[in-house]
Amino acid sequence: MSDTVVAQMAPGSAQVKMLINAADTVVSDALEGFAQAYPGMVRVMRDPDYVVRADAPLPQRVAIISGGGSGHEPMHVGYVGRGMLTAACPGAIFTSPTPDQILAATRVSASQAGVLYIIKNYAGDRMNFEIAIETLLTEGMSVASVVVADDIASPSRDLRRGAGATIIVEKIAGAAAEMGVSLAECAEVARRAERQSRSVGVALSACTIPALARSSFHLGDDEIEIGIGIHGEVGRQRATLAPVAQLVDHLCGALADDLGLREGDRTLALINGLGATTRMELYIVFCEVARWCATRRVVLERSLVGNYMTSLDMAGCTITFTRLDDELLQLWDAPVCTPALRWGV
Amino acid sequence: MQITVDHVIRFLERAAALIREHATELTELDTVIGDADHGTNLNRGFSAVVVKLDALQDGDIGTILDVTGKTLLATVGGAAGPLYGTAFRRAGALLAGRRTIDGADIAAALEVALEGIIERGRVQRGEKTMLDAIAPGVETFRSAIAQGKSLEEAARSALAAVEEGMRATIPMQATKGRAAFLGPRSIGHQDPGATSAYYIACAMVGLDIDPPSDQHAVQQS
Repeated sequence: MSDTVVAQMAPGSAQVKMLINAADTVVSDALEGFAQAYPGMVRVMRDPDYVVRADAPLPQRVAIISGGGSGHEPMHVGYVGRGMLTAACPGAIFTSPTPDQILAATRVSASQAGVLYIIKNYAGDRMNFEIAIETLLTEGMSVASVVVADDIASPSRDLRRGAGATIIVEKIAGAAAEMGVSLAECAEVARRAERQSRSVGVALSACTIPALARSSFHLGDDEIEIGIGIHGEVGRQRATLAPVAQLVDHLCGALADDLGLREGDRTLALINGLGATTRMELYIVFCEVARWCATRRVVLERSLVGNYMTSLDMAGCTITFTRLDDELLQLWDAPVCTPALRWGV
Repeated sequence: MQITVDHVIRFLERAAALIREHATELTELDTVIGDADHGTNLNRGFSAVVVKLDALQDGDIGTILDVTGKTLLATVGGAAGPLYGTAFRRAGALLAGRRTIDGADIAAALEVALEGIIERGRVQRGEKTMLDAIAPGVETFRSAIAQGKSLEEAARSALAAVEEGMRATIPMQATKGRAAFLGPRSIGHQDPGATSAYYIACAMVGLDIDPPSDQHAVQQS
């Protein structure tokens, strides 16, 4: 692996510059920095790695725990805090955390009220959480889980990846837990938020895998990739770059068809940058999403625009719609105080 | 021929060495149809296994395989960690307390390891996964032992079946794992999990002869 700050140039690909010490210490160094940036809010534990709320465990509160590969910052560690996650387990880059991490995080943060896991629908994530859950069940812990599978670009329903809805489900489950509801109620509301959400993504460029020091795939000057995941994996369909109004119309139409979004429905829209796309562009995307909603008479109740679930330095965005009801809206609006999401406090 | 604790330790050391040697290639294969981490993750896991082997010289074969499985589970992550971890742990449970094993024991251990992968991964053959390399190898080994072939012969024919199974993943369209998201675009690329399974199988063969040479190295298609 490269020990230099400027990564080695691989044949046939452009040199990529990164502010790192070495490819194999990227996750560790970032975690140490994160710990020092938010000392009052979270505790960062190492070997096995996990991040837990500074005030955990909270008696009589369901613990909400998530985890996933690193490289998606601020997800998941940035959502640890009051009103959202109790703990998060960061894996290696684009690699799910291990059962040891999940068990250690759970033992530190869970009370008698039990634990709800929020798991993105990837084979690796599911298997590692399943192994941890099997262990906890033999110990008599109350455990529930919600699998987030909102990416409509996946080829079949059971293969749908977890995308932007993960943030929304974590926020809503965390708000419910903060109010002191039971594990069953937390799980119900989290699953409802998941069922009412759909996402789709578009990439303008691939991301740079630190260990490879080059792009995960190549796109031509005027090419875009529709249906990308958040792991630098290529998408479902290659298309030609078009004005964003046209692109958003296509993507929102696909989301609405899949979700069955109709005139008068109330929604939350998340416009999520994948890492290298400017805020300016995300606002332009959002402007078109809002216009699309107005044209279709879909009520845009709430929105979130920014980098919330990135894919290293990939350029592009994901769009998520969540159909809201009164309870989901109330939970979305509830106070939250985490490194990456903060309001009402 | 009897397989001893010593053989098993050497198998694991060779598996770790082969994974290290081919880590970049495995990650490259995973870049094309996955998320570019297979070699990096497995190398981290098997390196952690090697560190633990010294303390296990006096252990039994079951314990060594169980510790190997636990270590892979704790260090690899992704899908490969649970799949290989479960496989080694199941084999370890079957061989608990044993200090020597023969061909029939190995066939039985491979069988439970295979079942572990199928259950944990909810995977079937033909989905372009490690199973497509491992399953034909286990079947070939079992039938060779049942026909009274020597351990060496059985292992060599099993390795050939694993290699054939690995190459057979190239024309397959993935329906499991990250590659499945690509749909038809996954066709034409060799599965990284099947490739790592092949290197681990290489480490099992010829334990009393030469290490496998680079002629086994797989070129990216």
